[in-house]
Amino acid sequence: MKRAIFRNQLLPWLLLAPQLAVTFVFFLWPAAQAGWQSFLREDAFGLKSTFIGFENYSRLFGDPHYLNSVMVTVVFSVSVAVLAMAVALTLALAADRMIKSAQTYTTLLVWPYAVAPAIAGLLWWFIFNPTIGLVPYALDMVGIDWNHSLNGTQSMILVIIAAAWKQISYNFLFFVAGLQAIPASMREAAAIDGAGPGRRLFSITLPLLAPTSFFLLVVNTVYALFDTFPVIDATTEGGPAQATNILVYKVYVDGFLGLNLGSSAAQSVVLMAVVIVLTVVQFRFIERRVEY
Amino acid sequence: MKSTGLAAGFAAGISILAMSPAFAVTEVAWWHAMGGELGEKLEAIAADYNSKQTDYKVVPSFKGTYAETMTAAIAAFRAKEQPAIVQVFEVGTGTMMAAKGAVYPVYQLMKDAGEPFDQAAFLPAVVGYYTDTDGNMLSMPFNSSTPILYYNKDVFEKAGLDRNTAPKTWEEVEAFSKKIMESGAAKCGFTTGWISWVQLENFSAWHNQPIGTLENGFGGLATELTVNGPLQTRHWENLARWQKEGLFQYGGPVGGNDAPPKFYTQECAIYMNSSASRAGVVANAKDFEVGYGMLPHYADTQPQNSIIGGATLWVMAGRPEAEYKAVANFFTYLSSAEVQAKWHQGTGYLPITQAAWDLSKSQGYYDANPGADVSIQQMTLNEPTPNSKGLRFGSYVQIRGIIDEEFQALLAGQKDAQTALDDLVTRGNVLIREFEAANK
Repeated sequence: MKRAIFRNQLLPWLLLAPQLAVTFVFFLWPAAQAGWQSFLREDAFGLKSTFIGFENYSRLFGDPHYLNSVMVTVVFSVSVAVLAMAVALTLALAADRMIKSAQTYTTLLVWPYAVAPAIAGLLWWFIFNPTIGLVPYALDMVGIDWNHSLNGTQSMILVIIAAAWKQISYNFLFFVAGLQAIPASMREAAAIDGAGPGRRLFSITLPLLAPTSFFLLVVNTVYALFDTFPVIDATTEGGPAQATNILVYKVYVDGFLGLNLGSSAAQSVVLMAVVIVLTVVQFRFIERRVEY
Repeated sequence: MKSTGLAAGFAAGISILAMSPAFAVTEVAWWHAMGGELGEKLEAIAADYNSKQTDYKVVPSFKGTYAETMTAAIAAFRAKEQPAIVQVFEVGTGTMMAAKGAVYPVYQLMKDAGEPFDQAAFLPAVVGYYTDTDGNMLSMPFNSSTPILYYNKDVFEKAGLDRNTAPKTWEEVEAFSKKIMESGAAKCGFTTGWISWVQLENFSAWHNQPIGTLENGFGGLATELTVNGPLQTRHWENLARWQKEGLFQYGGPVGGNDAPPKFYTQECAIYMNSSASRAGVVANAKDFEVGYGMLPHYADTQPQNSIIGGATLWVMAGRPEAEYKAVANFFTYLSSAEVQAKWHQGTGYLPITQAAWDLSKSQGYYDANPGADVSIQQMTLNEPTPNSKGLRFGSYVQIRGIIDEEFQALLAGQKDAQTALDDLVTRGNVLIREFEAANK
């Protein structure tokens, strides 16, 4: 590749400056602060602070409730990603087969994406409310006692549905685009060779969709890990008995409600490490393999 | 710094243009957590004060829930943008008290500003919660309440019970609930708001059992929780059993959002919650008559006195001198009998001074509103003991969360009462030790 040579040393920096400033002010600076704070024990008002080294971290990893939160997060993220992708893929395959109403269908399916997560959470909270909700009423008729304010499993099911519902639209869009990028001639050729619809799906469509799926897997995992805070906050608030207390929510509870800033900062740093790993994975594998 | 220069220039321009007397007004920011109707009543207090004098202007702003308001004030303090007055809920008291240098104690403020201030005028049961070990008042009580018992008189009658007798003991609560359910008068016996505040903290104080060592934490940061005593265990064991039998329905964590509808829709016949819930109960109990009673106690014990909840106004340090003069002046107005009586009668919160209580009596408020004084009688039933003065622990917002979690684990059948309370104490003490280390 030919290398462009700029005489002016200052201009590129000037052009980069706004971007760099934003990165520094909104990312590097707060991240550094969190890093520093995670080594301190501090009272809420910041009047007294003591350097305590890695004590916040060692305390964290010795805390069964933190480890529980890690487990909860894994179960939650995997379930949300799998559910959101499976449903979206099914819908996308259905939409892809439609000829006349595909446009309308697609538009309708994208709507939920425009709903703010907090509103989505609240909607599901109403639908599943043990006292006034519709679903518990219906479940009661078939003999299931729905009470997610006490039953941890039901509570988890609720937040998974609420969190996945929102993400389905997003996944759907990508899957539809991915499906449309698969040349019809390949499927037709397979059909002529005698492959049935199932065979065509598993041998042609899904493998060709793999880059999209892999991309969505990472995006959905990141979404489930970090963007589901409003859903949790509006539905279960991490309860009952920490059954839905995912890592991001725990950072908020310990830092903003409990005012335990050192521990909260240490938890943020751990989360930051997770994001970095996920980003590396994304760049290493996906950027190479996804063909838009 | 540019904005200050700009503001100064702007101010200079204004002062040249119009030397109005309003320009000399000292503004005082008041951050609060009262939404809805309570918020309107609070705004009215500030508006009345502002219209009655011309030197100062109190500007209230709603900052969300109690926890959000407190966090906002603390964040503001760290950024040196704190308001002069902030409303902090009772469980934040330990944190605020430990923050010497961030708060301006009220007794000190009143003395420095030369405002007349008589601490003896306040009800001891209210003010005792907010004094230091020397008995000095650190924050200004504003909205205090205590839990009481509400019951559905019509359901009681339908079940063959006396409509004018509230259950006095837990044994009666159980017997009444059974009768109510068996007769089909209602689906459940009782429900409650605030498991932590009503069924553990107040339960302990009401039965004269210690919540923590060192006088429930009033004696210093080295305190430890002791709510896993035999009586508390017995009570939680019963609650779990009653829940299984259907006599008791759980209303959810923290304030128990699902509890009020259960009472309003006549699903549950008895309901325990804050005396400040009275307005809501009266407004929602359209199809039935409500009765009032004190909290139940176990028959083999004597009731002591209940403790308060609610919030007080803290003055934050680091504001200009003139603002503190305004704050002191406003506090004098706020604690006057007329303002307090109006606030008490309009909201169901307790009157904080003897004078406001007397004024409400002489106005005939309690004769016209039966049950409105149950809270005061219950709170002043006996001289408070070290177990029933209140409680003061650091990180208590989180400990409240732990109480809810352990109670949920108990109801879900994951733990028995003793294990739940033991775990609660162990987990709570870890937080208290951390708080002690951070504030030494």
